[in-house]
Amino acid sequence: MDRAALKSFEAAEPAPAPLGAPLEALPIETSTAAPVLPPATPFATYAKRWLTLHTGELRAFAIGAVSLALFLLAWHLLTKYRVNIHVRFINVPSPEMVFDSLTRATRDTKFLTHVLLSCRRILFGFVSAAIIAIPLGLVMGRFKLVREAIFPISEVMRPIPAIAWVPMSIMLWPTNEESIIFITFLGSFFPILINTLQGMAMVDPVLVRAAQCLGAREMSIFRDVYFPSSLPHVFTGLTVGMGVAWVSLIAAEMISGQFGIGYFTWEAYSLVQYADIALGMICIGVLGLGSSALIRCLGRLAMPWSKK
Amino acid sequence: MTAWAPTPISKGKVAVTDFDLSYGTLHGSVEAVTGVSLVVNPGEFISIIGPSGCGKSTLLNAVAGFLKPTHGEVTVDGERVEKPSADRGMVFQQYSLFPWMTVRENVEFGLKMKGMDRIKRQQSARTLLGLSGLLSFENQYPDSLSGGMKQRVGIIRALATGPKVLLLDEPFGALDAQTRVIMQQILTNIWQRLKTSVLFVTHDIDEAIFLSDRVYCMTARPGTIKAEIAIPLERPRHQSMMMSSEFLALRRGLMSLIREESLKAIGGELNDVALQGLGIDLHGQSLADVI
Repeated sequence: MDRAALKSFEAAEPAPAPLGAPLEALPIETSTAAPVLPPATPFATYAKRWLTLHTGELRAFAIGAVSLALFLLAWHLLTKYRVNIHVRFINVPSPEMVFDSLTRATRDTKFLTHVLLSCRRILFGFVSAAIIAIPLGLVMGRFKLVREAIFPISEVMRPIPAIAWVPMSIMLWPTNEESIIFITFLGSFFPILINTLQGMAMVDPVLVRAAQCLGAREMSIFRDVYFPSSLPHVFTGLTVGMGVAWVSLIAAEMISGQFGIGYFTWEAYSLVQYADIALGMICIGVLGLGSSALIRCLGRLAMPWSKK
Repeated sequence: MTAWAPTPISKGKVAVTDFDLSYGTLHGSVEAVTGVSLVVNPGEFISIIGPSGCGKSTLLNAVAGFLKPTHGEVTVDGERVEKPSADRGMVFQQYSLFPWMTVRENVEFGLKMKGMDRIKRQQSARTLLGLSGLLSFENQYPDSLSGGMKQRVGIIRALATGPKVLLLDEPFGALDAQTRVIMQQILTNIWQRLKTSVLFVTHDIDEAIFLSDRVYCMTARPGTIKAEIAIPLERPRHQSMMMSSEFLALRRGLMSLIREESLKAIGGELNDVALQGLGIDLHGQSLADVI
């Protein structure tokens, strides 16, 4: 909403429209006139106003950019002069070398295959975790018996890191691919479940009462109150779960994979292609960033009422 | 005029008889409300007033069907209240609008639960929103509204289903003084049109007198009815009446009833002797007169 509209919004507020009977004590509504449009403003004024309104964001962007540039510069200097102060930068690739490696990799379908395979594993593992954990959390949150029965199991399983599941997973699943997806699934499952449960526990009981007073039955209370009310927590769970999914995936790929960006990074070390190690790492970072941004976007679409 | 029809006056008699409500604690059961009997006649506006913690909200929640009496019963038009239903619309102090629904969707909710089809309920909701001057906000989320507007939505949401009785639990308690006065005026206007029975819980004496036909005054915990006061002020009521001698006399009467109970509520041990020990001179008056 722009400023002018906000102004008229505020002005209109203290004068609610009369409801029939005489309202001698009430002020007459006067703000019915449309907000008067200011005369055409020169572009420079607009630019100036835009600048004052967005100073904070511009500042944050500028500082972020400078900070990133300094990081690259430090990296460049440390590797150029092969600094060796206990921590050894002797074999660490320089940013230029990594950039060369990247240009080479983009022309190579093999690198792209690694990336796509990792993304596919994340997609399968993460989506199946969400499909199982969200409904389970909602049902556990609503029905005490289910919660009391399942919660102890989940509490024992939860602290086991997904990586610790690697040997078990290889035994459980017939193919390597499936066991890696399973580990990704496990990594994201518990954060999603726990946050969904948390969301269900935080539902305002007065809203449930309000719905009951309006004639809502169990099913619609669940669908119209509990579910939307816990959505913000569900999305927190999805964001955290996505992070853990990547951690688990990369670890699993390094240990038991033949493809994938984690495998690529580990293989680069074995093959003494040090620039590819950094390339693999940066690629993982960018993919992780992108996937959590995607979740945030989905969250905004699913919850148009929330401000952020 | 619309698809939405207000309840006829012949309905909406609330009767609370020999009502006790206690709850169990480690130290045995605690009496919240004991021996309360009250009646809301069809189309009547009744307030319950009392010090904080006297169990007036507990009583209202029992009428709504959220709490079960330990003894006695609550009936609406002769039917015993067992669980919440759309027959008894409720308005809460904290507005309790669904934040994920637009203003119109909030108003529509009760009609949707009744199974009314989308177009019809949209029409009804828009009519009601129009009546209360909120039509231009129909597609906004409640977060963007002011407190007074939210509570107007809360009231029409509760009225949309045409309940037999409207229950209000300190609905204007969170509003600033000016807005509260306007909201009181709006509520009397709506009530005069619809003549739905109203049970209104408040701790604000002026509010209770200004709005009600009768006021029940409750004692400190355990809550009982201490007095029942008829408010003979003529209707329609206006803010100017709050300065009339009739109003002020009623106010003075209720004030002294409430003050006694409030004193009990804030601490039984506090007495004149203890106060003298603190070096406070009461100039021969009782504590109740001073506070």
